[in-house]
Parts: sequence; structure tokens; C-alpha cells
Amino acid sequence: MIEAGRSAPAFSLARHESPPFTERDLRGGTTVLVFYPFAFSPVCTDQLGIYNELLDDFADEGAAVYGVSCDSTWSQAAFRRQLGIDIEQLSDFWPHGRTSGAFGVLDPGGFAHRAIVIVGTDGVVTWSHLSASLDELPGPNLIFDALAGV
Amino acid sequence: MPPLSVDDHVRGPDGGRVVIMYANFECPYCAAAELCLRELPLRLVFRHFPVRTSQPRSFPAACAVEAAARQDAFWPMHDALFADQGRLEDPHLWARAERLGLDLGVFEADRRSETVAARVRVDFRSAIRAGVATTPTLFVDGVRHGGPPSDELLASLA
Repeated sequence: MIEAGRSAPAFSLARHESPPFTERDLRGGTTVLVFYPFAFSPVCTDQLGIYNELLDDFADEGAAVYGVSCDSTWSQAAFRRQLGIDIEQLSDFWPHGRTSGAFGVLDPGGFAHRAIVIVGTDGVVTWSHLSASLDELPGPNLIFDALAGV
Repeated sequence: MPPLSVDDHVRGPDGGRVVIMYANFECPYCAAAELCLRELPLRLVFRHFPVRTSQPRSFPAACAVEAAARQDAFWPMHDALFADQGRLEDPHLWARAERLGLDLGVFEADRRSETVAARVRVDFRSAIRAGVATTPTLFVDGVRHGGPPSDELLASLA
């Protein structure tokens, strides 16, 4: 997967009822891209639920959090609504998995691995993490440590 | 291991092995784990880890038990909540408070107070710092055990 020190690739991710999110949107602040395999699947549900509890803490660190998956925007919107979360969702449905592939987290099965990429305001990746398995939920402490430069 | 504090809720025999459990009252795995742990000679420390999206009554339940704590009834309310996780709506919380002989007016004001919510958040943040990402999570001798405790872990605590 993409490593710290490399520039984020050019990409475009669809948003529900909003213009696409691209690499140009990374320039406004620190961005935490949370790649997850499937909307509505058990670990993804827990992961986004826990991260959602901490949105104010992420904002205090100057970071915006986005969920990224290969689901359609409609599926992501339903997922977000059912969970009651505020984390904005970005869809890599079409061209299917292209952005996940550019970040090096696309599984041959057509879904994103569970991974986190932090991109600084200059568009350069400052930290990345790939879960050892799809069942491994990365603790948010890892993200906060990375944001703090620990 | 997250350090113990005077605000922690602890029960069990003096000198018992200290086990910290991060849990929430809507989590069935937490209730099952608690049933196993209460049979063991441990100093059990309970800390809150409510996740509202997947368990929407976990936060109100955590606030209810903290409100009960302000009337010296943390553990009775803790046990009452785990004993019947299918009834965690507000009227069920009031019924438990009444059954435990709490002052209902004080209980209701406390459980909705910012002081109590902040107390719950203290536990949640300590969990995050300690790498907790699921419930239940146990800390034994400084080692984190996420998910339902294994038979081996329980045997090691007996």
C-alpha cells in the first residue's frame, strides 16, 4: 500500500448528492481516509461507529475523516443512515476500485482492504496502516498517535 | 494497562487479581463475560465503552449506572442492567431505580447531567488511548484481551 512520504495519487471518488471528492480536496487540511471492505458488514459497522464517537477529537487535531469503500453511493448513504453516523462516505464503485488500487489497498475480489491513510495539507501521505486481516479493527489510538507524530 | 483511579468502580476481594473490563450494558458478550468473571476471585474494575451507533441504548445505560453511583448504587444498577438487556429504555431504567430505592428525581436529573456524561466519556477516552476497539476488552497484567474472554484466559484467572 502507499507509504508515508509519497504524494497521494490523482483520484476521484463519488459522493452521494455532492460533487466527486478528488486529490484537490486534500489540500484544505489533514485528511484521514478509512478504507473498509463492505458497508453493513460487522467489523466495518463497529469501526465506523467507534470513529464516529471521536469526530470532535479528530477535528481538534485538525483532521477530517472519510470512509472509502467500493460500494455504490446509494449503499453508502443507506449504511450511513442506518448507523446514524456523520462520517462522510466516498464511493470507489466506478471505475470499480480504481482509487483503492491507486492507494494499493484493492483486493482482487473487488473490495478495499481495511486500511487507513493520512494525507497532510500538502497532499503527501504522512502515515498509512493496513490491517493484518479483514477482521482486525484498527484502534483509533493508532490514528491519534499518527496525527500527533508519535 | 490504563492506570487505576479513585473514580474507578471496583469490586471483589482485597488482594484479588486486578482485571479491568471495558464494556457496555447493551453488549451481550459483555453480559456473558461478566457472568463468568463474577464467579472468580478478582478485583474487577468496570469501565464504560458505549458505542451509540451499534448499541444506541449503551450510552443512556452508562449514564444511568453512573447516576445510580451518585446514590451509592453503582453495582446494584450494574447487575440489574446486565440481568435484562432487553429492557434498557427510559421507563425500564426508572423501574430499576425505583426497585433499588433510589430517589427518582435525583436519578433522572443526574443521568441527564453533563457531569455524568463527562464521567462516561472519561472512561471511553481512556479506552481509546489504551487501544480498545471492541467490547468486552479485558486488561490483565497489562495485557489487552479484546473480545469475549477465551476459556484459557478465564482458566488463568481462576
